Formats: sequence, C-alpha cells, structure tokens
Amino acid sequence: MTYTQLAFAGVGLTILLDLVVLRTRLLLRRVFWVAYAIVVFFQLVTNGVLTGFEIVQYAGDSIVGTDTPRFIGAGRIAYAPFEDLLFGFALVVQTLAWWVWWGRRGVQYRPLAGPPRWRSETGSGSAPSADGT
Amino acid sequence: MPRLAYFGVLVFIVVGSGWLEVVMRTNVLRRSRRFVLALAPVLALFLIWDAYAIAAGHWTFDPDRTTGVTLLGSIPLEELVFFVVVPFAAVLTLEAVRSARGWSVGDEPPGEQP
Repeated sequence: MTYTQLAFAGVGLTILLDLVVLRTRLLLRRVFWVAYAIVVFFQLVTNGVLTGFEIVQYAGDSIVGTDTPRFIGAGRIAYAPFEDLLFGFALVVQTLAWWVWWGRRGVQYRPLAGPPRWRSETGSGSAPSADGT
Repeated sequence: MPRLAYFGVLVFIVVGSGWLEVVMRTNVLRRSRRFVLALAPVLALFLIWDAYAIAAGHWTFDPDRTTGVTLLGSIPLEELVFFVVVPFAAVLTLEAVRSARGWSVGDEPPGEQP
C-alpha cells in the first residue's frame, strides 16, 4: 500500500475509534478542535523543518506528490506531503481518545488541569480547580 | 552536531509544549500512569506503521542528520522519541485549553460538567 492509502485508512480507523469504539466523541467537542488547531500549526512548523531540510525524505511513488519538497502545491503543504497531516491527525486523535477514555474510567482523572497561574489569585474562575473542589 | 538535527526538532517540541505544564497547571506529569496507558496502544500501532513504511521505502532518514541509532534494525531512535513527545504535547495542549477555557473534555463523571 502507498502512504496515501495508509494515511486515509488511518484517519478512517481513528474516527471509528473515537466515535464508535471508545465513544469518547472528542471530534464533536470544541475543546478538541481548539487544541488541534494549535497542534497542527506547530506540526506544520516542525514537520516543515524535517521535510524542507530533507532530514526525512519521501518516495515519490508512495505519495501524491513527488520526492522533491516544495513549499506548497503538488501534494505538499509547508514542504511536507499532505499525507503527513492525516498521519498526525490519527496520532493526535488516537492519543487524546485513549487519554479521555482512561480518565472516564477513573484512572487519574485527578488532578484536573488548571487554573492557569495568572488566575490563581482570583480563586474560583470558570476553570475547575487543581484539587477538583 | 548536525547528526542531532532531528533531535533538535524533538527538543523544540518538548520545550514548546512543556511550559504549559507549569504555567497552565495541566498536571499531566502528575497523571503519568494515565498517559502511559493512553500512549501504549498508539505507540505500538505507529511503530508498526513506521516499520512498515521504512521497509516499503515510503520514507527514509538522512544519515548525516540523525544519530544512526535504530530499534529492531530499522526505526531510528528519533522516531521512537517522536511518538512519545508528540502525544505528550497533544495531551498538554488539550489540558491547557481545558485549563484556560474550562470546557468539558468528556472524561468528567456525571454531574461534574464544568
């Protein structure tokens, strides 16, 4: 199979994992998409370095594009094959789905995240406190 | 030194996300057992994918900019670290957004929706 085929299959299985298998339904939540927007920005930067400087190289016959990196176009986004975005999506969503699944089962649900340091003086904000009270 | 180029990117990912643990109080390190459990199936799957992709020639690594240390004779050490560091950064980011916004993530017990 080509990287392109595997990447699309990976996204399909990942969506199934989140919505059907684990029923974590992260893909339906605002919190996920905001976090993913941040992650994908940094993916484009770091993966751009790895692929633009050809630290990692791709075979032209395994991707939609060619083996020559270009900034945009011909199957490439920020030097990386667009397939890498699908790969990264699968990696990130699967991790977060399992993270939520274990938390839901009561495995280290606490200590909860937050509040951010700058909000700690003011006490109760909208965010849950670190000790969960 | 140039053989540490891939590692340099990994360090950037750790530093670029690690500050969230301190400033946003994401408390992921204090939930490391949960992180390890979440990571295990993902790590296994993506190492298999990586091994297959390397064997099939989908991607290769510049020997002048990687350490050359490999697992099972094919997967660069940098890839293993990548598959730990990137999921860690993803969990930190999700928990940081939860910390900042107080949005529900889906692991809350019934009656404890923020």
